[in-house]
Amino acid sequence: MSDRLYVGTRKGLFELRRKKGGWDIDDTRFLGDPVTAVLAHDGATFAGLDLGHFGAKLWRRAGKGDWQELPAPAFPAKPEDAADDPHPWSLGKIWNLTPGGAPGRVYAGTMPGGLFRSDDGGDTWTLNEALWRMPARKKWMGVAGGEMPGLSTVLVDPRNPDAIRVGVSCAGVWETTDGGASWANINEGMSNEYMPPNQQREPIAQDIHQLAHCPGAPDVMWCQHHSGIYHSEDAGHSWTEVTAAKPSAFGFAVAAHPHDPKTAWFVPAMKDEKRYPVDAKIVVSRTRDGGKSFEVLRKGLPQRHAYDLVYRHALAVDETGDRLAFGSTSGGLWISEDGGDSWSTLDARLPPVNAVRFATA
Amino acid sequence: MPTVSFTPQLERFLPAPTVTVEANTVADALAAVFEAHPALRGYVLDDQGAVRQHVAVFVNGGLIADRERLTDPVEPTDEIYLLQALTGG
Repeated sequence: MSDRLYVGTRKGLFELRRKKGGWDIDDTRFLGDPVTAVLAHDGATFAGLDLGHFGAKLWRRAGKGDWQELPAPAFPAKPEDAADDPHPWSLGKIWNLTPGGAPGRVYAGTMPGGLFRSDDGGDTWTLNEALWRMPARKKWMGVAGGEMPGLSTVLVDPRNPDAIRVGVSCAGVWETTDGGASWANINEGMSNEYMPPNQQREPIAQDIHQLAHCPGAPDVMWCQHHSGIYHSEDAGHSWTEVTAAKPSAFGFAVAAHPHDPKTAWFVPAMKDEKRYPVDAKIVVSRTRDGGKSFEVLRKGLPQRHAYDLVYRHALAVDETGDRLAFGSTSGGLWISEDGGDSWSTLDARLPPVNAVRFATA
Repeated sequence: MPTVSFTPQLERFLPAPTVTVEANTVADALAAVFEAHPALRGYVLDDQGAVRQHVAVFVNGGLIADRERLTDPVEPTDEIYLLQALTGG
């Protein structure tokens, strides 16, 4: 069970620890600066920063040592044959940091849609050229509010570190089974309702807000899609819409149970054009039967005039499946120790929350 | 020799001292600075070596013309100044 929680916000990184009296902020870092991604794994803590004027940066703390700036993932020199590329060859934002399934290996999913890999604990980074130079990548669409597509999720198959599935906002799910040498757009069965009718079911047109897999049964995947919730039992190749979600199927975040393939959590909002909780009451929706039915969990969550939205990386579950945490655009942070049945809030007014992650072994 | 100065805002993140360098263009001037202070490069230039979108480069009080390749000429007495363009939030 994880006793440390990292919260990346628009104005800094917050480290929480569970003590006798409950969870509290134990340390802060990068106050004033946007933290877009965070990872605490195998003794190292990483933070991706977006300094605005001065670009995206990457910092690491080894063990209990001092934070140190690392060379950020960088795109190679743009060749002449890429003149028609609609996307910039320059790092915009580190959107997620994910353990790579091998000692020292870490992945960074970025905007624009790049996948970077480090095999030395973050000291050096290499762009996955096969994905980046793929002709189809030019068809990827930017995330709302930005011109750049982004790799919202990187899922490394616990059974085989060469099998990786990435979720792209907005370009569907892409898979490699040869360690990144080749990639295929695999998602069938999704529909994106804001696309023109004849393109709504195109795999590359799917707006993947966030993907999650069950680490104990990684063929089971969940997707919080722009147009609803989807479920897969074949590692993201075919998807079935989950229609039982309540109080709505719109949202950004999803968390899958570490061991139980039938359990997943979502934090719903009303809908695309009204991005706040249904009836202004914050709830978490949980399925424990593979998406056939959902429970609406609200004990300890604000039930009056709450207009918080939860971003795609701002919901986390620990390695037991008992502890969950999520943070909101209004700076709320809630933690559950009973699988979501009840929640406690942090006595703080945090900046808008971008990313929430438990420390993992 | 031209002088290169940086916005004091950068001092929050890393040392950005004012230096004089041997250079005939803005590109040469910055290259000389980055040779001594390599971490500064990524704070003012993007991955392709262009000036970051929200960074401004002045030579003697005038904005440079070439933000992509920084070919603007500089004279020995010129002052090059890099600062952040303002954004809110």
